[in-house]
Amino acid sequence: MISIEDVSRKELEDLFLLADEMRGRRTDDLKGKIMASAFFEPSTRTRLSFESAMKRLGGEVIGFSSSEGTSIDKGESFSDTIRMLDRYSDVIVIRHRYEGAARRAAEVAEVPVINAGDGRGNHPTQAMLDLYTIWRKFGCIDGLTIGILGDLRYGRAANSFICGVSKYKVRLKLISPPPLRIRHEVRSKIGIDFEETFDLEKVLPELDVLYVTRIQKERFSDPSEYEKVKESYRITSSTLMKAKKDLVVMHPLPRVGEIDVSVDVTKHALYFDQAANGVPVRMALLKVIFGVV
Amino acid sequence: MSLIVRRIRNGTVIDHIKAGEALRVLEILDPDLLMEKVVAVVMNVKSKKMGRKDIVKVEEVELTPEQVNKIALISPRATINIIRNYQVAEKRYVKVPDRVDGIIRCNNPTCITNHPKESIRSVFLRVSEDPLIFRCYYCGSEMKREEIAKQLSR
Ligand SMILES: [Zn+2]
Repeated sequence: MISIEDVSRKELEDLFLLADEMRGRRTDDLKGKIMASAFFEPSTRTRLSFESAMKRLGGEVIGFSSSEGTSIDKGESFSDTIRMLDRYSDVIVIRHRYEGAARRAAEVAEVPVINAGDGRGNHPTQAMLDLYTIWRKFGCIDGLTIGILGDLRYGRAANSFICGVSKYKVRLKLISPPPLRIRHEVRSKIGIDFEETFDLEKVLPELDVLYVTRIQKERFSDPSEYEKVKESYRITSSTLMKAKKDLVVMHPLPRVGEIDVSVDVTKHALYFDQAANGVPVRMALLKVIFGVV
Repeated sequence: MSLIVRRIRNGTVIDHIKAGEALRVLEILDPDLLMEKVVAVVMNVKSKKMGRKDIVKVEEVELTPEQVNKIALISPRATINIIRNYQVAEKRYVKVPDRVDGIIRCNNPTCITNHPKESIRSVFLRVSEDPLIFRCYYCGSEMKREEIAKQLSR
């Protein structure tokens, strides 16, 4: 499971149904199985929801939450670390700062590899839970108008979400400052029409879903440019006055000011449910990978 | 020509190489293939078609299409003559390969193939022929012909 591109709509829908079944459950489907949680780069949400998913299925977890203090730190090659985990576990979940790390791991390992985020590349399980969240909220994804806001150039969550959502018949609005528009190679993968704009206010009234992502200061050479963008893309409860009544706001979290806390108490806020959906979706994925469905 | 480098009896002549690129062409060919073989390099020869061109002759080896297609990355107009008993037995044009292993280095500094502690051969897959674009199998970054040529001529 390296990229959301490799997953069909049918497989996604089967996964959503299975995730619904898994909500709040504890089973012993994966009793005796060990998941290696290989987080070369720290991540709280993704790692903990994978580990929770595995434990709720009766499986066990080994691993590390950063490369500090491990043999990688002492100069061991990436492939050698993967070869070791391959022999210690039945599935490897990997997060890495370098793009393509999961694909490389999948070549080296014999056990299945799940990409839990590689650099600015892919984050397929995030896209799965994002799509599941929309599917659960609206009953379907086709026909919706979806806006994706923020750093569409370097953000892996946005990247995978765009690839995932373009499997559906949606109207896609990509909202970002011009330097952070999607990369050429992502553009060529989107099989549907989409509109690119920097103007959130203009497209906001049409949206059913607003997917907000973080914009990092490091992406701007001019700090004042960053401040301007940050301010214009800050979502508050008053920003949403012009939105549809049923608009939902999503965010892969953690947020750092992109969505004001005043939004939390509105009916629009879906990001906490979205984060919670990480567990049943990852339970469903693990079950599919081990063939216990 | 025969005044500079003698005709070969059996082997391969790589003709119409962009002037100045002959040594690079040799570099990207498999070194094992050329081991202990007689190789002649002629550079900056006058050509009706190209003004100046380079030529490489390899004795006693018939290069296969896979071996020579890599040449298209640097010199898309190169032609390959397979020589048997002093005669041109086959004439081929180089064709850009679908997949290139090694040779190209990914331009993305945080691609796993550029990880300082990892030694993996790069793999590039062709996504478009005209304009020529290759995509890194690992990280998905794309490289255009000019970027590849620039890198290979370094
Ligand atoms: Zn790469």
